[in-house]
Amino acid sequence: MNAAQQVKFYQVGSLAAGNRLLDPELRSDQADPARSNALTCGHRACQGCGEALGARYVLDAAQRASGGKVIAVNATGCLEVFSTPYPQTSWQLPWLHSLFGNAPAVASGVAAALRAKGRTDIRVVGQGGDGGTVDIGLGCLSGMFERNDDVLYVCYDNEAYMNTGVQRSGATPPTARTATTQAVGEEPGAPFGQGKSLPLIAMAHEIPYVATATVAGLRDLEAKVHRAMGLRGARYLHVLVPCPLGWGTASCDTVRIARLAEQSGLFPVFEAAGGEVTEVTKIRRRVPVEEYLRPQKRYAHLFTPEVRTDVIARLQRAADRNIARFDLAEEVVS
Amino acid sequence: MLKQTEGSRAVAETVAYCRPEVIAAYPISPQTHIVEELSRLVKSGALKPCEYVNVESEFAAMSLCIGASAAGARTYTATASQGLLYMVEALYNAAGLGLPIVMTVANRAIGAPINIWNDHSDSMSQRDSGWIQLYARDNQEAADLHPQAFRLAEELSLPVMVCMDGFVLTHAWERIEVPEQAQVDAFLAPYEPRQVLDPDEPVSIGAMVGPEAFTEVRYLAHAKQMQALEAIPDIAREFRQAFARDSGGLIHPYACEFADTIVVALGSVLGTVCDVVDEMRADGVRIGALGITSFRPFPLEAVRTVLGHARRVVVLERALAVGVGGIVSQNVRTALSGIRLDGHTVVAGLGGRPITKESLHRLFADAIAGRLGHLEFLDLDTGLVERELARMAQSRRSGPSAENILRDVGSNR
Ligand SMILES: Cc1ncc(C[n+]2csc(CCOP(=O)(O)OP(=O)(O)O)c2C)c(N)n1
Ligand code: SF4
Repeated sequence: MNAAQQVKFYQVGSLAAGNRLLDPELRSDQADPARSNALTCGHRACQGCGEALGARYVLDAAQRASGGKVIAVNATGCLEVFSTPYPQTSWQLPWLHSLFGNAPAVASGVAAALRAKGRTDIRVVGQGGDGGTVDIGLGCLSGMFERNDDVLYVCYDNEAYMNTGVQRSGATPPTARTATTQAVGEEPGAPFGQGKSLPLIAMAHEIPYVATATVAGLRDLEAKVHRAMGLRGARYLHVLVPCPLGWGTASCDTVRIARLAEQSGLFPVFEAAGGEVTEVTKIRRRVPVEEYLRPQKRYAHLFTPEVRTDVIARLQRAADRNIARFDLAEEVVS
Repeated sequence: MLKQTEGSRAVAETVAYCRPEVIAAYPISPQTHIVEELSRLVKSGALKPCEYVNVESEFAAMSLCIGASAAGARTYTATASQGLLYMVEALYNAAGLGLPIVMTVANRAIGAPINIWNDHSDSMSQRDSGWIQLYARDNQEAADLHPQAFRLAEELSLPVMVCMDGFVLTHAWERIEVPEQAQVDAFLAPYEPRQVLDPDEPVSIGAMVGPEAFTEVRYLAHAKQMQALEAIPDIAREFRQAFARDSGGLIHPYACEFADTIVVALGSVLGTVCDVVDEMRADGVRIGALGITSFRPFPLEAVRTVLGHARRVVVLERALAVGVGGIVSQNVRTALSGIRLDGHTVVAGLGGRPITKESLHRLFADAIAGRLGHLEFLDLDTGLVERELARMAQSRRSGPSAENILRDVGSNR
């Protein structure tokens, strides 16, 4: 184990800057110089990687919520590869990687061992990308949910298989260009009508806690991790983590793009308990989907050589449907 | 305690006395009775603390074992056939991570065609996975190998497979000396992991390793398995002292001294083979048998010492390496490199086909008389295969053999 790394401060997220105005106990976990720094800097993620950002917030919050007693289990994917190239590791907590498709079951095994040993103080967090979670690992994840194993599973959703070079996953949104959904011909990019919403699938298991979050709402993300860690049983957190490389966005835009995903309604942010939605994050400033799509090269074919108004309208309808379905529109106070 | 019991039950009871802390269970014949009995033992409170986890697949079962073992729990599961193959990715991973998981494999054929009966295709397919593989001759040994397997696994930090023939052993009732808790406790100390997931002393397990060190890691995996060649006999010796019976070890030579012909086999067929050897010896034939308990690591030296003086070796294979012939034979041949003798590979008992004494008598007589080819299939229905071969000769696109044969059998031709 290398000595704990010096914490550096970052200005991130809409509310982080206001930290110094808050009471110390209300401040962000990341604002605390004594934070655990579970994932140290110096790892090999791309600049502006949303997944690295999300994972650091999630694990530091999980560690704070449990007094530093967390074991992390990781699926194969960017997060694993960029953090543990031999002979180095960026993890300052006990961390186990086994395979691409089994992180939930491995986490269940860790939880079972801790149960057998009566170690109720040590908590387990499983984590993986959207490919590892919604596709290849779904069977194991569903088993973990169904047994209600005491694991918080976190999916870092960058909407494709990034580690193998940006191929589609079951979480790739319609019309997004990936290496296996090329923008050629009339119906460009990933098709409409495929893909799956894992938060909804998780809710169907009626587990104690399901939530979505993005790296634009980092205080919200921390709060959700704290809430999840306050509960026992299977908990699921789905975090939208833009990927500059796969999405074709500037490294400095990761948080802005994540916020646009929320504000357009394409990524609804909510919480659920026992299968029922309990809380939604209302959209404070709603934007048309176009504002979200335009800065991303994976949607460039919707704008050049001509603007595909038909396709964009269809995506707008999907966003509108989310807004209605999850009741995301801010109430107008008259 | 000596009792009349089923093989699976004796194994389950013995496993329970080994005090596993996590058991992952997924049903597949002929392994089911083992995990069913363990479920009962855990539920009844006879085995605690123990987490018995019903999972959704064998892939999850082995994955769960990986997590549990890495978190410091003594971990057990059992499977067979398609289940073992469904675990494969996790099997290699458990070995690569050096996790001392113990698993019983109730050997069964692999489909297609689907077949639930015994042969060794399942475990043999995992010969290069890095798991230690021990094959039980009978139910007494099947039970006895489990405390030894936990000892071995934990001493070397490697996973161990105990292979017992499906149905033939798992479902057979016989008199078995099932060890007692105190005896097992004296033989098997509590599990002390070499490396464990612990928030007080965090380690990263399962990091990515590039070309600069991967070969070295694999070399060390090999070196570690080779250490088992010493550990296995040591543990078997200690077992004999503690339990006053012979079980385990690397090999079991039977009447091999001054034998011209030696039959090599693994698992329950050894009982029949030794009976035939006795009968032929009574007729003055110089024949012996060599049972191999430890297939991985393969005891090259020990096998060479026993077989090196023979004139011919007949290897009974309960699996088929399609496209080349025998799996065990290839290992035996490596052991005998540089030694000239007649070697015969005999594929026998696939998918539960009985291996009878009459067939073995005929087989060994043929071997001694020089009538045996290099690759033979015991009791092959030549009429059936010749019809199909003729059909294949007529057309390169003759269709799947199983379906053609079924049609033939169905129409009574
Ligand atoms: C069984 C198996 N199939 C395929 C792969 C190759 N593979 C490694 S990571 C990966 C994609 C990871 O995508 P995701 O889970 O979305 O994580 P990301 O890299 O995007 O963070 C794939 C396909 C593998 N390691 N194992
Ligand atoms: S490819 Fe994407 S997810 Fe992977 S490290 Fe780069 S930015 Fe992060």
